[in-house]
Amino acid sequence: MGEAVIQAKGLVKKYGELEAVRGIDLDVKQGEIFGFLGPNGAGKSTTISMLCTLLSPTSGTASVAGIDVVHDPARVRQRIGLVFQDPSLDDQLTGRENLEFHAFIYSVPAAKRRERIDKMLDLLQLTDRAGSQVRTYSGGMKRRLEIARGMLHEPQIMFLDEPTLGLDPQTRRNIWTHLNDLRERTGITIFMTTHYMDEAEYCDRIAIIDRGQIVALGTPDQLKAMVGGDVVTMTSTKPEEAASEIEKVLHVVPTRDDGTLRMEVPDGRKFVPRLVRELTVPVDTVSLRRPSLDDVFLKLTGRAIRDEEASTQDRMRAMASRWMGRRR
Amino acid sequence: MSIETASATKATVATATPAPIDTTAASLRAVYIIWYRDLLRYWRDRWRVVASLAQPLLFLVVFGSGLSSSLGGGAFGSRTGFTYIQFMYPGIIGMSILFTAIFGAMSIVWDREFGFLKEVLVAPIDRWAVAIGKALGGTTQAMIQGMILLVLAPFVGVKLSLLTILAMIPLSAVLAFGLASFGVMLASMMKSLQGFQVVMNFLMMPMFFLSGALFPLQGLPTWMTWITRLDPASYGIDPLRRVVLSDSGQAAAVDRFAMTIGGQVLPIGLEVGIMFAFGAVLLGVAVVMFQRRD
Repeated sequence: MGEAVIQAKGLVKKYGELEAVRGIDLDVKQGEIFGFLGPNGAGKSTTISMLCTLLSPTSGTASVAGIDVVHDPARVRQRIGLVFQDPSLDDQLTGRENLEFHAFIYSVPAAKRRERIDKMLDLLQLTDRAGSQVRTYSGGMKRRLEIARGMLHEPQIMFLDEPTLGLDPQTRRNIWTHLNDLRERTGITIFMTTHYMDEAEYCDRIAIIDRGQIVALGTPDQLKAMVGGDVVTMTSTKPEEAASEIEKVLHVVPTRDDGTLRMEVPDGRKFVPRLVRELTVPVDTVSLRRPSLDDVFLKLTGRAIRDEEASTQDRMRAMASRWMGRRR
Repeated sequence: MSIETASATKATVATATPAPIDTTAASLRAVYIIWYRDLLRYWRDRWRVVASLAQPLLFLVVFGSGLSSSLGGGAFGSRTGFTYIQFMYPGIIGMSILFTAIFGAMSIVWDREFGFLKEVLVAPIDRWAVAIGKALGGTTQAMIQGMILLVLAPFVGVKLSLLTILAMIPLSAVLAFGLASFGVMLASMMKSLQGFQVVMNFLMMPMFFLSGALFPLQGLPTWMTWITRLDPASYGIDPLRRVVLSDSGQAAAVDRFAMTIGGQVLPIGLEVGIMFAFGAVLLGVAVVMFQRRD
């Protein structure tokens, strides 16, 4: 991993009174997969749009591939590939035609057009369906085509805004396998946003963003180490009594979520037998696990990332776009 | 893919410093591919081509026949030597061009709605390329649409010589260009599909009715005469009619339909000039609108 290819200092974006992004500092290195993690509305898309020159920052500076995003947006755009949150393919054209269109507007030399299109189709396993209209593609195939398109002009950095939004878990894994593979093969830097905690595990480094600010930055392991040890959860029919007893006897302050108590302890394997032994209130279930990024987020913000809510919204979005696509 | 290829690719990306793009050349390429995409979509949508023939046919057969019988049929003919359907035929070609050009260019609004426009707007090209590419796309589609209607000529009793057909190509191109530019300008001001119905009812329909496609622009009430002379489509449809009917009757008879200003029949060249200038000015406005970042 080499020098920084994305740098941001004190990036701020205001919409009137509303501060969507409140001072973001970043350093992304060449060849890294960098994840921008946070709930919906945290400022992820706004930040990525400023880095891609689609929005101009209210204040602060940023450079991508060593070029200032405010002063020279055209040169920045030449060096980056983009995959937007919302679909942006022409679904009446075939996959290959979409790529040809892109090759033209990004000035891919005529002699290399065909070769590069074939290569990208092959890398993202779309060769078989390249001649079919995009409206016949599955959601995962459309995303792969957008990734292929974003890489067609051989950018130095790929920006992906929620590339797996609205896709089923299996397809999401598949997209990740492809992104990892692309990085291995081409050494490209990947900057992406997601609100799926589990996806952040695939990243080399993650910035957790909440309410327009970065609240933590590091490798997934470093972030998880912030939680300190293991996470023990237990359920009880009398959660309140159990909570106060745990606090008194075991000197751990549990957090409550309905009937579930959640504790962070240094050594979970030793803690669980004590818990069961010492408590006088009935214990229904106990579980022990390594901390996940959800735990990190919860610790940093005091809130759980609302995955259920988000996924309902995603489904609606996906449904809406399918309908729109058909009507077209 | 083999390991060697992979490492070779790695090397290219690591050392790649893209040659600075000549933005003008890139934008011209963009004009071409935007235009080409529109044509590709047009041909792919066969039903649209078929459906677009239905409306002109309905006008000619039902509206034309109905109106000429209720007007006593011969009344039109005895005065000019032409039947109403013959008179109407070039107007219907004009109508087809009008709607296809404006709709074609306004597909930008659909592209915005469905996300594709974003792909174009973020590319390292100048935005005038988008406006011009779309205007040319709409122009070409409308021209093809108009030319397809030539196959109906024998059925409505209109004679067409090769020379006439050749003369129609530039005339319909200018009409199509003016209206497509109008469409691009409208699209540059619309952020969603919502305004579309308004444009359809308050701009396109009046433009069609007042263009002289359905009735001669003479002997009208003064207020209406004024509006028809302000309708840009009038300046595109009038030359089309004069040329289309030139093989089917006396030149003097043809001139009796021609648009006049202050009692003077306008020369075709002037009409074409007005139409072209209209298109060029509106396209200029559209370019400026597109260059303002959204």
